[in-house]
Amino acid sequence: MGIMIQNLSRRTFLKGTAGAGGLVLGAQLAPQWTFAQAARAQSAAGGAFNPNVFVTVLPDGTVSIVCHRSEMGQGIRTGLPQVVADEMEADWSRVVVEQAPADEDKYGYIDGQNTDGSRSIRHHFTILREMGAGARYLLEQAAAQSWGVDASEVYAKNHRVYHTNSGKSADFGELVEVAAGLNMPSGEAAPKPSLKDESEWKYIGKVVPAMDHFDITTGGANYGADISLPGMKIAVVARCPVYRGKVKSFDATEAMKVPGVEKVVEIPALADDKPAEFRALGGIAVIGTNTWSVMEGRRALKIEWDMGPFVAHDTSTYYDTLKESARKGGAVVRNRGDAAAAMDGAAKTLEAEYFVPYFIHTPMEPPAGVVDATSTPVRIFAATQSPNESRQYVAEALGIKKEDVACEVTLLGGGFGRKSKPDYLCEAAILSKMVGAPVRVQWTREDDIQNGYYHTASAQTLKAAVDDGGKCTAWHQSGAWPSILALWNPAQKVGFNIEYGLGLVDMPYNAVPNIRIENGEADAMIRVGWYRSVNNIQHSFAMNCFANELAEAAGRDPLEFMLELIGDPTNLDLTKDGVEEYWNYGDSIDDWPIMTGRLANVLKIAAEKSGYGKAMPKGHGLGLATHRCFHSYVATAVHVVVGDDGSVTIPQVDQVIDCGRYVNPDRIRSQVEGAAVYGNTVARCGQISTTKGAVNESNFHDYTVSRMSNAPLNVRVHIVEDYTHLRPCGVGEPGVPPYTPALINAIYNATGKRIRSLPVRPEDLAKA
Amino acid sequence: MVKLRVNGVSRQYNGDPNMPLLWYLRDELGLTGSKYGCGAGLCGACTVHVDGEAMRGCITAIADADGKDVTTIEGLDPKGNHPVQRAWRAHAVPQCGYCQAGQIMQAAALLSRNPDPSDQEIVDSMDGNICRCGTYQRIFAAVKTAATEV
Repeated sequence: MGIMIQNLSRRTFLKGTAGAGGLVLGAQLAPQWTFAQAARAQSAAGGAFNPNVFVTVLPDGTVSIVCHRSEMGQGIRTGLPQVVADEMEADWSRVVVEQAPADEDKYGYIDGQNTDGSRSIRHHFTILREMGAGARYLLEQAAAQSWGVDASEVYAKNHRVYHTNSGKSADFGELVEVAAGLNMPSGEAAPKPSLKDESEWKYIGKVVPAMDHFDITTGGANYGADISLPGMKIAVVARCPVYRGKVKSFDATEAMKVPGVEKVVEIPALADDKPAEFRALGGIAVIGTNTWSVMEGRRALKIEWDMGPFVAHDTSTYYDTLKESARKGGAVVRNRGDAAAAMDGAAKTLEAEYFVPYFIHTPMEPPAGVVDATSTPVRIFAATQSPNESRQYVAEALGIKKEDVACEVTLLGGGFGRKSKPDYLCEAAILSKMVGAPVRVQWTREDDIQNGYYHTASAQTLKAAVDDGGKCTAWHQSGAWPSILALWNPAQKVGFNIEYGLGLVDMPYNAVPNIRIENGEADAMIRVGWYRSVNNIQHSFAMNCFANELAEAAGRDPLEFMLELIGDPTNLDLTKDGVEEYWNYGDSIDDWPIMTGRLANVLKIAAEKSGYGKAMPKGHGLGLATHRCFHSYVATAVHVVVGDDGSVTIPQVDQVIDCGRYVNPDRIRSQVEGAAVYGNTVARCGQISTTKGAVNESNFHDYTVSRMSNAPLNVRVHIVEDYTHLRPCGVGEPGVPPYTPALINAIYNATGKRIRSLPVRPEDLAKA
Repeated sequence: MVKLRVNGVSRQYNGDPNMPLLWYLRDELGLTGSKYGCGAGLCGACTVHVDGEAMRGCITAIADADGKDVTTIEGLDPKGNHPVQRAWRAHAVPQCGYCQAGQIMQAAALLSRNPDPSDQEIVDSMDGNICRCGTYQRIFAAVKTAATEV
């Protein structure tokens, strides 16, 4: 990665950021190929980008570190600054965090700021270390110059620079004026600011208190729904219950009678030839002075809808078509040997079908944001995972250039992928322009559940063969699901390399000599979008559970059998099996290989920590699963107790994560604890169903999520130290996928009941 | 005319008596610490105290708060140092933080009437408060810690 660090203190565009006399550092790093960008590039050409990140030291010694990524609970406003602070020898108590607005020039279009794909640390760790080291270098140079000594005689430590021989020292703040006038060495021959040795780290790899916890615990933290601008109006929007349906006619008479309602306007339906992407789909907006009034106004609307082209989307039949398609198979996306021939001559074969329904994100904060289209530039204030895409789609909605749109990012009350899609901000922009005032659009929980971007429903058919010795000789997996790519190309009927790369073609049972993986067709009939850990959910579920079924059929212990399937430690080479354009989460396979040894390692640790193999009382079961995603390796052991009435309690969960080099172990623990609860919702709670194209569920009474009474409350997180010399890997998502299969395997061990379709309900487990 | 006290300050409201307390607090008073999560009393993000009892602001009509004392997260402790708030920070409970004002108000109300709750009483009391980040085990631990201080 080519990096150039610059002293930007006197660059005019930074004045607002740095204040007078500040030292400001900038850096440029190479663009990275990423999720949404790659998805878009399948149907349109993607761009190239040039990210930057910045440090500011103020004259009072305050070190302001920019967080250019969106905070949605993963702790990134702590993790990124602690890397910079460590390398620059800043005192954490004097560090403040500044949330970056959208800025493509400084931070890059997608990889710089689009916060998804569990990549904030792994893509920015090295550059942020260099940013910190560059700041330290300039402060040391400034001290040496001030004191008239050689720079080799000075060193920075804990917010001061010291002169070894004389004992002189100066606070960072005292050095700002001189440092701001210095140039970073540039060119090939220039000395590089040296990075600290790992043994010298005082924040990286250590628990640093999270940045926003005082504000959060006192009500002072600001989210998208908390932004108010002078003259701002509040809007809620009635949207067609069926995807791509339109308003035929509406009557606002009663709505206008509600005190506080000022206007009722139509957001025009998106033109038929325009794919949904992240655009506003249209509807009737009720606009007024407070949220209650506009909600009441919306209830009083009379709207006749043209339900549009997807009224046939009925999950009671649609889910069957997915299952049929998975059985039938289709495009061969990975092939090793001859699985069919191996099945024919096998001592034993097994076949099973797995199914996962649609889910919806339900972040605790439903989508909300403010757009002021009356200002120049147009201003967005929003809970968004993708500030630059927000600018782009808002600009398109207003018919202006994205350069004329600014975006400030608030805290996000959860994201999980929902807030990567700025359709709600397009609505706010259109309405702001219509009414000539800033507008906050507030989605209700019903809107969030009924008009969202759904986690894809999927069916999978798995077949495998074992020989006389109980070894697996063939593995055939075929899946069908509506593709995320349909957001850009509605006619899309199969998946694409990103979806294949989410735990399907990189299925890690490398010891199996014959492997065939296929993808059947599926029509997209609703907005399908990414959801925390994406298609890894269903792939990890099917793979780990089927491996346990196969172990049982072969008369083998599941742990020993799974380790045998994974095989000897190696770096998986998928090109040998004909896998084309393996995504690898947008990264080079050389930098982040698929290391089967690390996968086996976490599985062994999970078994050991959970006490796997011990005799358990009746009704108890322990289940294991393991999965690699976003380059991290996670294994989960769930201990479950199933009552005669089918009730499930979970006394203990062990989550083992190997994420390579890590930054803040407490924020990793919190993410992985939370991932178990998120997985618990996937496995046991809500599912989305449709009738005549409309989503049936509407709020937390019928779209249930984990609550304290059914969540695991004893999740023990074990962070693997064996590979911290390797690159950082993702943390936010990888804890989710192995939870479900570990739970389902545990339920099997407790009850003998094999669950292959989610969610599992007590009635599925109750004794007859 | 509804008369009430919010965080110790006397207030009067002449508008729609059916307006939920949550929207009065957020839109009329600008007290945005209480959050909207469901509008139906299903998630607890809007939890405030009405005469010391935990109530869901999203389904409590402002008329029902007439003559009562309302406390929000902003008014729980003048310096943000209520034992529950301190315990929340000591256990580093929050992730995104959006639900936590409601969780804290729920826990504070629990401990004010039952300073030594059993494990089951904690779960029963907190079960109406959803956290999608999944911070339940830290919430549980923080309530137990706070219980030693109230």
